[in-house]
Amino acid sequence: MAHPADPPPGDPVEPPPVTRGAGAPPAVQLTGITKRFPGVVANSDITFTVARGTVHALVGENGAGKSTLMKTLYGMHRPDEGSIEVDGRPVTFHSPADAIAAGIGMVHQHFMLADNLTVWENIVLGSEPVNGVRLDSRSAIDKIRALGTSYGLTVDPERLVESLGVGERQRVEIIKVLYRGAKILILDEPTAVLVPQEVDELFGNLRELKSEGLTIIFISHKLDEVRAIADEITVIRRGTTVGTADPKAVTNSQLAEMMVGSELPVPELRDSTVTDRVVLDLAGVTVVDGDGRPVLTDITAAIHAGEVLGIAGVEGNGQAELVDAIMGIRPISAGRVELAGVDVTKLSTLRRREAGIGFIPEDRHRQGLILEGTLWENRILGHQTRPPSARGFRLNRSGARKDTQRIVDEYDVRTPGIEVKANSLSGGNQQKLIVGREMSGDPVLLIASHPTRGVDVGAQAAIWEHLRRAREAGLAVLLISADLEELIGMSDTLTVILRGKLAGSYDPAAVTPEQLGIAMTGGDLGQVAS
Amino acid sequence: MTNSRRFWLAVAAPLGALVVAFIVTTLVLLLTGSNPFDAYAALGGAFKTPRIVVNTVNTATTYYLAAVAVAIGFKMNLFNIGVDGQYRLAAMLAAAFAGGAFMSGLPSVLRIILTLAAAMAVGAAWAGIAAFLKATRGVSEVISTIMLNAIATALIAYLLAPGRLAIAQGNNVLTQPITEGGYLPNIDIPGSSSQLYTLIFLAALVGLGYWWVLNRTVFGFSIKATGLSETSAVASGISVKRMVVSAMLLSGAIAGLVGMPELLNGDTHAYSLNFPAGIGFTGIAIALLGRNHPVGMVFSALLWSALDSSSNSLQGAGVPKELVTIMQGVMLFAVVIAYEVVRRYRLVLEQKAVARTLAAARTTGDPNEVAAR
Repeated sequence: MAHPADPPPGDPVEPPPVTRGAGAPPAVQLTGITKRFPGVVANSDITFTVARGTVHALVGENGAGKSTLMKTLYGMHRPDEGSIEVDGRPVTFHSPADAIAAGIGMVHQHFMLADNLTVWENIVLGSEPVNGVRLDSRSAIDKIRALGTSYGLTVDPERLVESLGVGERQRVEIIKVLYRGAKILILDEPTAVLVPQEVDELFGNLRELKSEGLTIIFISHKLDEVRAIADEITVIRRGTTVGTADPKAVTNSQLAEMMVGSELPVPELRDSTVTDRVVLDLAGVTVVDGDGRPVLTDITAAIHAGEVLGIAGVEGNGQAELVDAIMGIRPISAGRVELAGVDVTKLSTLRRREAGIGFIPEDRHRQGLILEGTLWENRILGHQTRPPSARGFRLNRSGARKDTQRIVDEYDVRTPGIEVKANSLSGGNQQKLIVGREMSGDPVLLIASHPTRGVDVGAQAAIWEHLRRAREAGLAVLLISADLEELIGMSDTLTVILRGKLAGSYDPAAVTPEQLGIAMTGGDLGQVAS
Repeated sequence: MTNSRRFWLAVAAPLGALVVAFIVTTLVLLLTGSNPFDAYAALGGAFKTPRIVVNTVNTATTYYLAAVAVAIGFKMNLFNIGVDGQYRLAAMLAAAFAGGAFMSGLPSVLRIILTLAAAMAVGAAWAGIAAFLKATRGVSEVISTIMLNAIATALIAYLLAPGRLAIAQGNNVLTQPITEGGYLPNIDIPGSSSQLYTLIFLAALVGLGYWWVLNRTVFGFSIKATGLSETSAVASGISVKRMVVSAMLLSGAIAGLVGMPELLNGDTHAYSLNFPAGIGFTGIAIALLGRNHPVGMVFSALLWSALDSSSNSLQGAGVPKELVTIMQGVMLFAVVIAYEVVRRYRLVLEQKAVARTLAAARTTGDPNEVAAR
C-alpha cells in the first residue's frame, strides 16, 4: 500500500491499518547496500528486511556500520550501490525530507530540542501549522494530545522542555517524529541515556506503538535489552550483515559471537588491592556556577591506593564539575583537595598533573586531543613540562617520539606510524593513545571519565585491562561512567552523584543496576546502602 | 605520505592562488581594453633595474617583520589587527628617544640596542593593553586592537607637534633626527642607487627565533596547542590567560620592530608625517599568504613588495598601477580558499593511507577496528 506523503499539518494522524502476514510487503527492504567513505567501506553489500508492525533490532559493536546504514535509510546520504524499498515500492532519498515524506522518522541518540521552547513548539518546529499567517497553536496542541493518547506517550505539550527529564525528552522526540506522519521509526541507541526504570518505560511505549501497527528499527549494542524488546534481530559486523536471529531462541553469548566473532569482554576486577593509604582526599568541596548556584555541594570522599571509586549518576548531576574541581580546571568555592597528603587546592592544573594526576576526559575530542596534531605531539599534551617530552624549557622531540612509539606498541594503538594526525585514527585507537599517555610519568591518581564510551569491543577490553593493571600497580582510580555494568564490574567502592551531592555508598558485589538506577534518580534506597 | 608529496601539497595552495590571480588579472586587463602582454612585460621588466630589486628587498624586510608579528597571534587564534598602531607608536616614540641629546655621548652599539629595545617595549606595551583587557575582562582582541589603532593615530598626531616631541622642518614635522652613530650603515649594491638595509639581518634573526620558539620550546608548543584546541590545552594544564598575554606581548614587541628599518636604515633618521603607514595590515595579508610559516612568509613578503615596487612601471605601458592592488586582493582571496581545499584533501589522503595500512595489517587475522566512522 502507498502511504500519503507528509500529511497536511492539522490532520489528526490515523493509525495505519495493520497488515501483517505473508502477503504484505516488508516495511523496509534494503538490498545490496554499499557505502564507501574515503579510505573505508562503511557498509558493504548489506541486506536488511524489516516486517511491518514489528520491532527489529539492529545490533553491532561501535563502528560496525549501524549508524551509516541508518543514515542511508534516513536519506542523510545516498548509498553507492544497492536499493531501498519502502512498503514494496523502490525509493530514492535525496534528503531526510524525502525519507520523512515516505513515512520514515529518526530519533537521534542526542536529543535535538530547544530548551527554552515548550514541548509543542519543539514538536511543530519546521512544520508549523498555520491559520492564515498565524501560528495555530490550538490545533498543534490538540493533535499532540491525540497522538499521546493513541500511543500512550504522555507528556504535557505546554511544558517547557528545560523542565523535562531525560525520559520525557525522549518521548518528545518520538512524538516529533510521529507528528510528521512517520510509520517507520528509527531509534538510534535510545537507551544509552536512560536509567533502567526509564528503559522499561520506553519499552512499554514501543510495544504500544507496535500494537498500533508502527514499525520500529531499534539500534543498540546492549544485548539484554535487544532480546527483551525485539521481534527479530539483525547483526552487523565490520560493515556487513552477518545474519538474523530470533530473540527468543538466541543467547547473549551467541549474539556476541555474531557481533564480534568472539565472546564479549566482561568488566570485572580481580582480588582486592585496596590499601589504607589515602591518595585523593576531598573534604567539603563545593563549586558554584556563574550565577552563584551550587553545582557541587560539600563533596567529601577518599580514594586509597589500589582502589577504584566508581561514581554513578545521570549525566549533568555534577560529574563534570567534580572532575574539573579535582583537576583544578574550575576553582572551588569551599573545601580542600589533597593529593597523597599534600594540599593541592590552590595549585594549577599543570602543578596537579605534575604531582601525579592522570586524566582520561569524557570527551576525547574536546579535552583529550589536538585532532590536527600528530600522535607524538598529542603525547606531549599534559606532559609538556616533564621528561621525556621536555628538557627544561625546550621540547625534547626525539624523546617524545620515542615514548609515543612505546605507547603505540604497549597499548596496541593501531596506526601506521606516529607522524599521522590524531584525527585519522578510529575512536578506540585515539582512546588507547590517551590511556597510554595518562598512564605515563608514574601517576598516583587516574581520573577516568567514561573511558570506554564510543570505542569498539576490542579497545574496551584493552582499556579495562589497563585500568585493572593501574589498580594493581597501586594507583587510585576515580571512575565515572554511564555504563552501569562497567561501574559495577570495575569498582571497589560505588557511590552515586545526584544534584551535585554524593548520595550513599554501595557494595559493587551486592548492588544491581536497577537499584543504582533508583538511587541515580533520587529514589529511596535505604535497604541496599551498606 | 611521501615527503615529496607532502612538499607539493604544501606549495599547491599558494601556487594555485597565484595562477588564479594571474587569470583574473588577465581578464580584468582584457575587459579594460589593455594588452596583458604589455602589462606583464612592464611588471617583469622593472626588475632589470637593480634599484628596484634592492627596494623590493628592503620593503620586504619591513613586511616580513609585520607578518611575523601577526603570525604569532594567528598561531593562537588571536587576531592582532593592532600591529599597525603598535609599530607606528613604537617607531614614533623610539625615534624621539633615539634623537634625544643625551644619546650622543653613548657608544653606537648601545644607542642602536637601546632604540630597538625602546621600540619593542612600546609595541609590547600597546599590545599589552589589548592583552590585559582580554585576560581580565574577556574583551575581544579584534575590537580592542582596532580601537587602539585609532587611539595610536590620535596620540601620534598629538605628540608629533613642535614643542612636544617634534620639530618643524620646512612643511614637514618630524622628531629630532638621530645623529651620526645612532643609526645604521647600509650595504652598497653595485649598479644600484639604493642601498640594502642592514636590518635585513634582524628580520632573518626574528624569523629564525619565531621558528625555534614555536617548534622547539615548551612555550611554543603551548601556543600552538592553545590555538588548535583551547579546551584540550586547559585540560593539559596550559594557562590560556597566560598564553594570551605572552603571545600578545610578543606579537607587540615584534610589531615594534616593524618601523626600525625605515628609522635606522632609511634616509630621514626620524619619524615624520611621511613615515610609512598601513604596514600592519599588509602584514596580515602576508602572514595569510605565507601560512604563518617562517619561510613561507619570506616568499610572500618578497612577492608582495615586488608587486608594490614594480607597479609604477605599469604606467609606462598605459595600465593604471592599481592593477597591482587587484592582483594582491585576488591572490589573497584565492589563497584562503585554496588552503582550505588543500587542508581537506590532505585529511582525506591521510585517512585513506591509515585505513589502507591497517587493512593490510588486518589480513594477518586481526579482528575489529576501523570499520566505519
